[in-house]
Amino acid sequence: MANEMEFRTCPITGKKVYATTQNLMWINAVTAVVFILIGGIMALLVALTRWPAVHLLSPEWFYKALTAHGLNMLIFWIIFFEVAGLYFGSSVVLNSRLAAPKVAWLAYILMLVGSILVDVMVFTDNATVMFSSYVPLQAHPLYYLGIILFAVGALTACGIFFGTLAIAKADKTYEGSLPLFTFGLSAAAIIAVFTLACGAIIYIPTFLWSLGVIKNLDPAMYRLLFWGLGHSSQQINVTAMVSIWYLLGALTVGAKPVNEKICRTAFVLYILFINLASEHHLLTDPTLSPAHKVFNTSYFLYLAVLASMIHALAIPMAVEVAQRKKGYTKGLFEWLTKAPWGEPGFPAMIFSLLIFGFIGGITGVVYGTEQLSIKSHNTWAMTGHFHATVVGGTTLAFMGLTYYVIPLIFRREIIGKKWASAQPYVYAAGMILLILGMAGAGTLGSPRRHWDVTFADSIIPFSFDPTVLLFTTIAALGGILAAVGGAMYVGVSVLSVFLGRKLAPNEAKLVY
Amino acid sequence: MPITSPETYWWKPADKQEKIWITVAIIWCLILFTMMPLWHFVGGQNPSVEPMKIRPDDFEKVASAFIEKYKVGEEAGIPVVKPPDGADVYLKGQMWNWVPILELKKGVNYKFHISSVDLMHGFGLQPLNMNFQIVPGHDNILNLTPSTSGTFHIICNEFCGVGHHTMVGKIVVKD
Ligand code: HEM
Ligand SMILES: [Cu+2]
Ligand SMILES: [Cu+2]
Repeated sequence: MANEMEFRTCPITGKKVYATTQNLMWINAVTAVVFILIGGIMALLVALTRWPAVHLLSPEWFYKALTAHGLNMLIFWIIFFEVAGLYFGSSVVLNSRLAAPKVAWLAYILMLVGSILVDVMVFTDNATVMFSSYVPLQAHPLYYLGIILFAVGALTACGIFFGTLAIAKADKTYEGSLPLFTFGLSAAAIIAVFTLACGAIIYIPTFLWSLGVIKNLDPAMYRLLFWGLGHSSQQINVTAMVSIWYLLGALTVGAKPVNEKICRTAFVLYILFINLASEHHLLTDPTLSPAHKVFNTSYFLYLAVLASMIHALAIPMAVEVAQRKKGYTKGLFEWLTKAPWGEPGFPAMIFSLLIFGFIGGITGVVYGTEQLSIKSHNTWAMTGHFHATVVGGTTLAFMGLTYYVIPLIFRREIIGKKWASAQPYVYAAGMILLILGMAGAGTLGSPRRHWDVTFADSIIPFSFDPTVLLFTTIAALGGILAAVGGAMYVGVSVLSVFLGRKLAPNEAKLVY
Repeated sequence: MPITSPETYWWKPADKQEKIWITVAIIWCLILFTMMPLWHFVGGQNPSVEPMKIRPDDFEKVASAFIEKYKVGEEAGIPVVKPPDGADVYLKGQMWNWVPILELKKGVNYKFHISSVDLMHGFGLQPLNMNFQIVPGHDNILNLTPSTSGTFHIICNEFCGVGHHTMVGKIVVKD
C-alpha cells in the first residue's frame, strides 16, 4: 500500500492527488464498470425478451436476468462509482489526505463481498425476487446478508468522506467555504446516511425472517421502509449527478456557478424535502390514509422539485456566461452552437440534463400525483420514468465524467477518442427511444416485470391494443442502440485504463 | 470553478433573471400544491380511502363465502359470480389467478375488497389501465361504478413468481 502522505500535483487543476486516494478511486471505479457490464448484458437480454418478435429467454431466465439487471445497475454500478466520486470530492478537491485509507479498503471489500454474494444467489436461482424483494416473496438468507454487507460498506465510505472533510478543515488545506462540488456531495452523503439507516431497519429483520427467527413481517411495512431506502437512494443519485453537471460544465467550457448562494440553497432543499417524497411509491397501496397521501403529494414533493428547477437554470446559465466571456456572443444561441459538442463531457452533460429534467422530471411529477399514479403504477411507463432519471440522467453524467477521470486521475491517455466522443450521442439516442417506447406501452397498460405481453399462456384469453406492440418494438430498438452505447463506454474505459499510454507527470491531456 | 472555494463572500443577492425564474417556479409549485388537495375533494377518482387490515386466511374465508353465495357458473375452472346491486364484492389475488370472474351491472355502485392470499399482486384493469397494489394482509377497498358495459380484464403487474405473466382475470359489465 502506498505511503499515506505521498502525492502529486495535477498539472491542470493544481490539485494534490494523494496516491492512496488515487488507488481507492481506481479500484472503486473499475469495479463499477465491471458491474455496468454485467448489468448491461442483462439489459440487452431482458429488452430482447420483452420484444415479442424475439422473445429470447425462458420465463425463469427472464425474471432472473431482470433481478440481476436491477441490482447490478441501480445498486452496484451506481454506488461503486459514487464512492469513487466521494473520495475525489473530499480528498482531491480539498487537497487533503484521505481519512483512514485502511478503513476505506475495508469498506471496498465489504461492498465487493456483498455484491458478489448477491449475484451468486441470483444466478444460482436462490433469489429471483427483483431488486425490491417484496415480502413475503423470500430469497436465500445469503442474499439479504449480501445486501447488508454492501450497505455497511457504503455507509463506511460515507464516514470516510466526512472524516476527510474534518481533516481538511483541521489541516486548513482550503480557505473559506467548501467548493460547490464538495458541498453538493456532502448533501448526497447526508441523504445517504438517512437512506442506509432505513436500509438497516428493513433488511436486518428481513434477513432474520429468511432464517426463520422472525415468523411474520408485515408486507406493507416492508414496502414503506424499503422505499425509504429505495427512493431516497435515488436522491443521492440526483444530488451526485447535479454536482457532476457543475463539474463537467467547468471541465468542458470553464463554467463557474453564477450565484453560489442559489445553488447551495437548492442543495439544502434536497436534503430537507426529498426523503418524504419516498411515499409516492405507496399511493395505490391500501395502507396510507387519504390525509397522508394528500399531504405527501401536495407539500413535500414540490419543494424538492423547486430545487431541481433552480439547478435547471443555474447550470445552462453558467455555461452561457462562460461561453459569452469567450466571445461567442452572436445572436441568442451562438454560445450553445459553438460549445464543444465533439468532446464527450459536454454532450453527456447536456443530454443528461435534458433527459433527466424534461423526460424524467415531468413524468415524475405527473406520475407522483395521487390520481395519476393509478394510471401508471406498476406499468412500463414507470420503468420509462426511471430510465430517464437514473440512466439518461445519472448514468450518462457518470459516463461523461469518466472520460476526464481517466486522464486526470488515472493518468492514462484515452484509447479511441472518436468512440468516446460519439458514445454520449449513441447512448442518449437509444435511451430516449427506449424511454418513449416504455412510456407509450405503459400508458396503454403494458405491465412492468412481465415476460409475455401477448398473454399466450393465460387461461383467460386477453390481448392489448396492437399499439402496445408498436411501442414495445420502439423500446426494443432503442434498447439495442443503448446497449451499443453502453458497450462503447465499457470498451473505451477498460481499454484506456489498462492499455492507454501512461501520461508523464506534468503532461496535461484534457482536450479531445 | 465548482472545485475551488468561492473566492469572495458568496451570500450575494440574486440577479434579476434568477429572481424571475425562481418566482415563476414557485408560483408553478404553488399551483400544483393547491391542485393536489383540490382534485382529491372535487375529482372523486381517488385510490383506496379506507386502509384496513385483514389476515390472508380471514380474507380467504369471506371471499369463499361470497363466491358460494352468488355463484352463477364457471369458466376455465374459475367461478363466475353475479353479486346483487350494491353488494360488497370480494376479489382474491392468488398465484396465478384473480378469483372470481365477476358479472356486474352498469351504473351500479359496488364496494370492492381486493386482497391477496399469498404474495403481492398488481391489480391492472384493462383496457382502462387502472392499477392498484394488492398487499397480503391488507384490504384494498375501492368504490367502483362501471360506467360502460363490455368485457374488462385484470392483469397482474406485480411480479408474483414464475407464472406471473399468465395471471389474468375478468369482469363482464352488462346493461
Ligand atoms: C443499455 C441500457 C439499458 C437497457 C436497454 C435497459 C432496459 C431495461 C428493460 C427492458 C427493463 C425491464 C422492464 C420490465 O420488464 O419491467 C429494465 C428494468 C430496469 N432497469 Fe434498465 N436498461 C438499461 C440500463 C439501465 C441502467 C444503467 C440502470 C440503472 C442505473 C437501469 C435500471 C433498471 C431498473 C432498476 C429496472 C427495474 C427492474 C425491476 O423491475 O425490478 N437500467 N431495463
Ligand atoms: Cu399476481
Ligand atoms: Cu404477478
